[in-house]
Amino acid sequence: MSPPLLQVNDLKKHFPVRAGLFGPRSERVYAVDGVSFEIERGETLSLVGESGCGKSTVGRAILRLFDVTAGQVILDGQRIDDASPSALRQMRRRVQVVFQDPFSSLNPRMRVRDILAEPIRNFGLAKSAADLDARVASLMDTVRLPREALNRRPHEFSGGQRQRIGIARALAAEPELIVCDEAVSALDVSVKAQIVNLLQDLQREFGLALLFISHDLAIVEHMTHRVAVMYLGKIVELAPKQEIFAAPSHPYTQALLSAVPLPEPGAARSPIILRGDVPSPINPPSGCRFHTRCPFAFDRCRIEEPQLRATGSDQWVACHLDEPPQGWRP
Amino acid sequence: MALLEVENLQTHFRTPGGINRAVDGVSFHVNEGETLAIVGESGCGKSVTSMSLMRLIPEPPGRIAGAIRFAGRDLLQLPDREMRAIRGNDISMIFQEPMTSLNPVLTVGRQIRETLMMHQGLDKQAAEVRAIEMLTLVGIPEPKRRVREYPHQLSGGMRQRVMIAIALACNPKLLIADEPTTALDVTIQAQILKLMLDLKRRVGAAIILITHDLGVVAEIAERVMVMYAGRKVEEASVAELFRAPRHPYTQGLLGAVPRLGSSLSGASKRLAEIPGQVPDLRKPITGCVFAGRCPLVTDLCRQYAPGLEEKGPRHIAACHYAAKGAVAA
Repeated sequence: MSPPLLQVNDLKKHFPVRAGLFGPRSERVYAVDGVSFEIERGETLSLVGESGCGKSTVGRAILRLFDVTAGQVILDGQRIDDASPSALRQMRRRVQVVFQDPFSSLNPRMRVRDILAEPIRNFGLAKSAADLDARVASLMDTVRLPREALNRRPHEFSGGQRQRIGIARALAAEPELIVCDEAVSALDVSVKAQIVNLLQDLQREFGLALLFISHDLAIVEHMTHRVAVMYLGKIVELAPKQEIFAAPSHPYTQALLSAVPLPEPGAARSPIILRGDVPSPINPPSGCRFHTRCPFAFDRCRIEEPQLRATGSDQWVACHLDEPPQGWRP
Repeated sequence: MALLEVENLQTHFRTPGGINRAVDGVSFHVNEGETLAIVGESGCGKSVTSMSLMRLIPEPPGRIAGAIRFAGRDLLQLPDREMRAIRGNDISMIFQEPMTSLNPVLTVGRQIRETLMMHQGLDKQAAEVRAIEMLTLVGIPEPKRRVREYPHQLSGGMRQRVMIAIALACNPKLLIADEPTTALDVTIQAQILKLMLDLKRRVGAAIILITHDLGVVAEIAERVMVMYAGRKVEEASVAELFRAPRHPYTQGLLGAVPRLGSSLSGASKRLAEIPGQVPDLRKPITGCVFAGRCPLVTDLCRQYAPGLEEKGPRHIAACHYAAKGAVAA
């Protein structure tokens, strides 16, 4: 069996912060603190969680927009995290990104034609000038934008159209994995639906794997195959969509899902209202990081950190509840 | 009698590209203690409507016409001094981004006191006591310590609670909430929505809730008005609107939102799209504003703008073809 397209092993990313304005860089933000998962070819894995849980940092580490503190990122058997610049270049082609804000992620001075041609040239994908033109034109068809628009600049497009350009730019490198970092979050409802449908069509057409980073659980449920729920730099639950949405195990997943307002007036629902706010990732709580807000926390949660353990064939949960007692062997 | 009656509100802006008709002939009312939601996408005019109600539109380049009758008085005819006495007192407002709407160099206590001292004539000590009461009311732990803190020392959810405390400090009759939970995380959003529901029961203020999130509407509003391209296209009770939306735009909006749990039952695999984009409001629109994107469009729609018609019990929509009577969508 071939290895998974992407493997992330015990990834850690800590950012140093200064104590005070001129103080020493003594403290660290534990943005991502030991995260592991795999993505298969053609699969969508979603990273969900609230602001500051580290989901975007994981995406950026995979793109190697910075060096990681510890752990491995392995693309198709090759490590990205310590790759040499020349090896990294080839891997960069295979992993592309679509950002949240289509206004700041496209160069306002470039024509759409040049925005799309740049990655093709950069990775030497076109055989000739004619081939380059043909590729650029066909990318416009792929994202359903008119070819006449190639000579225009980003400001002449609406938000949804710009996001299509961003997607076309990602596709230009013929990637196998696209990291979608809140790629539809800034869009209006009707446009969001267009882009979600486009991403799903493209995934089928090109067999793309997607790492879909989002806080919008309804969109995630609609798009994804599997979900990893993050809280303060850790994965608390990782499971196929069916398990996460129909039978969430972790108390945080349960609270997160129950907090989503449903567009059904009078729907009988009793949201689990969590106490307080997410604690700071500079001094994360001891033991289980969720224990300060968990309605079921008991003594063990405050002392011992729960590890991700398998509870079903493909379901992983990091929680002491329902955990067999220590030393217990089946 | 309605607490607030808005009649043919028109808010236009002079721009280099022509007159932008951001709000173009919108009428609605809000009863005492009622929650009205205004829903629509970016640029539909929902926020400009709320800013117009508070007369916060700079003139020029803006220009507000029509009538805004609050408790019998037309706010558009009031001198600035009287309008200032109403703002923050009888009508108050919460905004989306609590970090930019709080003053970063003043303690939160001072910001709550300011409105109390100005509108209610309280002295500093009495205002301080009331500020602590308000922070307790909105569920901020350790209110005595928090009154002396600055906005940056609070989390996003707490800042929004402070905004709500300021807005409610003078017992307003009407609270305008412009995307109050959009910038917040879901678990914090749930806290704030619960707080708003509790406070509504206790304080009894009418609320105008401006949002693009249909889930939030279903959760706390009683009546909804849907806006598109500066016009009101549909209005009904929340239950009626979600059960039987009449306007093709409303139907499109509801179809475009995936529902939590819907894809698990193996139901619809593809989201409904509304093709195309919102029209340019700087150009005059003849006919129906939604004609360019509507699946039911005919020549009639392109030539004549439909008026708002009764399509069901207390349910109006502006469409030539929307079914009348008790037809489920």
